[in-house]
Amino acid sequence: MTTTARQGGLLIVITIIAAMALTIIPLPESIEHFRPEWVALVIIYWCMALPQRIGVGRAWMTGLLLDVMTGSLLGQHALSMTVVAFLVINLYQRIRLFPLGQQALVIWMMLNLYQLLLLWFDGITGQPPKGLNFWWPPLIGMLFWPAVFLLLRGLRRKYKVQ
Amino acid sequence: MTLDHRQQHMQSLRAGLSLLVAPIEYLVDLPVNLGRWVDESLSSRQSLIEENTRLHAQNLLMQARSLKNADLETENQRLRELLGSSVKVADRVLIAEIYKIDLDPFKHIVRLNKSARHGIYLDQPLLDAHGVMGQIIEIMPLNSTARLITDPGHSIPVQVSRNGLRTIALGSGKINQLDLPYLPNNADIEVGDLLVTSGLGGIYPHGYPVAKVTAIERAPALEFARIKAEPTAHINRSSEVLLVWSGDRIKMMQTQSPATPAESSSTGAPATKGPTQ
Repeated sequence: MTTTARQGGLLIVITIIAAMALTIIPLPESIEHFRPEWVALVIIYWCMALPQRIGVGRAWMTGLLLDVMTGSLLGQHALSMTVVAFLVINLYQRIRLFPLGQQALVIWMMLNLYQLLLLWFDGITGQPPKGLNFWWPPLIGMLFWPAVFLLLRGLRRKYKVQ
Repeated sequence: MTLDHRQQHMQSLRAGLSLLVAPIEYLVDLPVNLGRWVDESLSSRQSLIEENTRLHAQNLLMQARSLKNADLETENQRLRELLGSSVKVADRVLIAEIYKIDLDPFKHIVRLNKSARHGIYLDQPLLDAHGVMGQIIEIMPLNSTARLITDPGHSIPVQVSRNGLRTIALGSGKINQLDLPYLPNNADIEVGDLLVTSGLGGIYPHGYPVAKVTAIERAPALEFARIKAEPTAHINRSSEVLLVWSGDRIKMMQTQSPATPAESSSTGAPATKGPTQ
């Protein structure tokens, strides 16, 4: 078991890096508000699929890197990511059994929570309010969830990540 | 942790972590750079010659203008000396490039390819060829972050160039709009007025164009007029920007290390000699 437990770590890192790249890739101005939180989606998937490997700690580190990358307060994404990861770790046995559509709804709620935490931090630190556009990313994230899920599951099975 | 960061204790940690994400940023920026490179190497001889002649003509024009400018500058300096004021005109600049990456759609911040190695400092102003763009808010080992003047959390002290009326322009969160909420209804300002930096606040040097007034709404019921202005800088189109050292900063740099003119293409070349106060 200990030999297989380490398998495929590289794939996880690569998917997270790809998600980070998608987070900062330039989009046309008209759709830039609709960019889903790719990193959160990927972290949620790995927490759900491999709760014994990817947990709160990894989520925190990823969030920290995301903070540095997007120039937000250090710890802002990290804490939001941690809370979401904690929820997934607690609920993964249930979420795994849901059909894909229902899963997407749960993910939507989690992404909303993620976004809400980010908003709170912005509020606390005196950033100006952001309007309703701020709530698009969780919705788009929900729509993307089945695709992300199937893609990552395919990759996970192909490379036998455990 | 968040509080810690507000007191700038986490700066070193942030700088260290930024080394980890820098490759990702570079990777995302790469296709654009590559595209530009391919474009450059495949453009035909004819178009290059055309461009060359065009730039040559433009250069000639600029030179003629700058000759006149130099003359005016010295005259201005002399007059100021007569008045006993000590405004420094000469500025030093460094060209930086903006990474083609989106950081946060709700904040107008950009990442530049210049870092502490090039001697840039916190709050350093950022210009493009047409006006003020923003200021440096964070310096990391490989790059730096700048806040644009249209960021909703940014404000810049300006004055109307026509009559010297001073006010503050706030970022609106829209890329082509600044708000001027602090002018009374009877203020002498018109559509089309040019706003320039007033030099107050000590961050932006005096006299660079910031924005043009586009709309004024004087509602008698309200205390202040609602004024909108459009930045003169091509904020979402410029990929190359200028970092400016003004007056005191140049002196500081020279005293610190006399041999750091990395790639300074000092624009005000003829008049860079330090003004005697």
